[in-house]
Amino acid sequence: MNKNSQKTSDNKRDPSKSPLLEVSGLKTWFDLKRGIFSRRTDTIRAVDGVSFSIMKNETLGLVGESGCGKTTLGRTLLGLETATAGEVFFCKEPLLKLSRGRMNRMRKSLQVVFQDPLSSLNPRMNIMDIVTEGLVQFKMLEGSREQHARKLLGEVGLDADMIYRFPHEFSGGQRQRINIARAVSMRPDLIICDEAVSALDVSVQAQVINLLLGLQERHHLSYLFISHDLSVVSNIADRIAVMYLGRIVESANAADIIEDPLHPYTKMLIAAIPVAGEKKTARKIIKGETPSLASPSSGCRFYPRCPEAAEICRRRPPPEIRQNGRFICCHLYGGFPE
Amino acid sequence: MSLLSVNNLSVEFAVDEGTLRAVDDVSFYISRGESLGLVGESGCGKSVAALALTRLIPSPPGRIVSGQVFLGDRDLLRLKPDALRAVRGSEISMIFQEPLSALSPLHRIGKQMTEGIGFHKDMSRKEAWQYALSWLKRVGIPDAGQRMYSYPFQLSGGMQQRVMIAMALMLSPGLIIADEPTTALDVTTQAQIFNLIREMKQNETALLLITHDMGVVWEMCERVIVMYASRIVESAKIEEIFSRPVHPYTRGLLEAIPTPARGRNYLKDIPGQVPSPLRYPQGCHFQDRCGYAFERCRNEKPGLVDCGDGHLAACFLAYPGREYK
Repeated sequence: MNKNSQKTSDNKRDPSKSPLLEVSGLKTWFDLKRGIFSRRTDTIRAVDGVSFSIMKNETLGLVGESGCGKTTLGRTLLGLETATAGEVFFCKEPLLKLSRGRMNRMRKSLQVVFQDPLSSLNPRMNIMDIVTEGLVQFKMLEGSREQHARKLLGEVGLDADMIYRFPHEFSGGQRQRINIARAVSMRPDLIICDEAVSALDVSVQAQVINLLLGLQERHHLSYLFISHDLSVVSNIADRIAVMYLGRIVESANAADIIEDPLHPYTKMLIAAIPVAGEKKTARKIIKGETPSLASPSSGCRFYPRCPEAAEICRRRPPPEIRQNGRFICCHLYGGFPE
Repeated sequence: MSLLSVNNLSVEFAVDEGTLRAVDDVSFYISRGESLGLVGESGCGKSVAALALTRLIPSPPGRIVSGQVFLGDRDLLRLKPDALRAVRGSEISMIFQEPLSALSPLHRIGKQMTEGIGFHKDMSRKEAWQYALSWLKRVGIPDAGQRMYSYPFQLSGGMQQRVMIAMALMLSPGLIIADEPTTALDVTTQAQIFNLIREMKQNETALLLITHDMGVVWEMCERVIVMYASRIVESAKIEEIFSRPVHPYTRGLLEAIPTPARGRNYLKDIPGQVPSPLRYPQGCHFQDRCGYAFERCRNEKPGLVDCGDGHLAACFLAYPGREYK
């Protein structure tokens, strides 16, 4: 079962094929009312101009610290938050402009697995009802509800006899398997996993990651895998996008991000991973904390914490550089006046 | 001479379905100035064991069934409440996982910090305030003077944890028990907090670090205890455990840790799941998930055995007379 398949997606990106999901210039801003009678308003720019694409059968890992907007981004794609600007094409349909009815039909192909496995399961429904609810809704049942539920539970490695049990009777790992069963039940094209394994213990986490990888091979799924944990992401994603304060600062193949990070922030994230068994060296410390999204600086947003910051970083927003299939947003790699 | 030694500690909880043993016959020691990691997955009893050391188990439903916890020549489990209260904070202090729930939401930082000082140290209010302020500065809180007047919710998670660390360290205790101190924080903040603990911890202060993260133990500790299903399964020096893990559970756990990879990569996992503490099997608790289990494991609970140089493992495979690789 545990094969060591080290695949990179070098050849998977075929420019002639159109991506499954294409996001361009997506912005999700929130108004924050302050002061008496809400006279002063601030804008929280949770997602501030994000562009990326996901191909069929590809996994994009989205990494960032808490508050960087990665969850808001996922929620915006699902239609749970209203986008302020930008375009999202999913299966060639403009996701943000769809009518409610069309969007509801679209949800079949766009599923989600959240972080907390218990709070995303209805405590009053048994497992059979939970995993087949969508199938009934979309009239996709094959055979009886029970038969289909048994098949789904088998698929995610749960005992098929558990279908009449309730969510509280399961452990955290099993609950997350149920959430995954519900998500794959609709035969979706894309599953958004928002910190789907973060709340799980190491050994269970490995089981769930392997399950996700196996399901992907079987059903040619695409994942948007959102997590704060770069080492977890690097084991599941083909490509990784690093997000900082509402923007993607770097994206590339997983191998390139891990072995040859370019952006100072990515370097910091990698340096902060405690790796057991590796020689202990004084790790470079990341100074400061994520600043508020309400008042980003005019230049590079990472400037206050960046060890390689120069004068220009404070004044001017960094250029967006695309080269050799990589994307980077940093003054270090272009735009520096000689 | 060990600073703290725990002998045969067992803790039980009464629940609707019966009695569950959260900590089962646990013995270990911490030397002066040592950093000891207590590792295990959720529900393995590591937090309960740590709470039991200073009798912080809510009772009922919890009950310390047996054992001794010696701090010097005093058994903390048999100390009078007043004497125990004097130990907590000044000799043993704790840092908890969620700083926001460990700090009082109703009192300003300065008030909360000076309260403890007043209890344990002979200082005037003014002196205590200055002392607390100096510690806030030492843990790297900007505008410490103003922050003394802040409420906990006005600080970020990392800053809150810094306040907790200042409070835990300012009475220079002999032992700090840190229960998952960075689990609620970002990786980058985590690195900062650990460096801070390392810097601040004076040489004679011992650290008991409770965590689920082997990487964190590697960074922070000299010795490690691995718990599984309420029992200690292995205990060794940190280099030993990574280079020569003995217990099958420890091996599986180490292999399951995701390390930076080059993309899609199946991880090694431990099949099955942790047994419910209400239904521990007779014999070794790990037998159902263990690839090496044999007859003896089904009937008998393995005790810790020395596999050389203080490396202890609770596995029959490590018992003398068995060829084990």
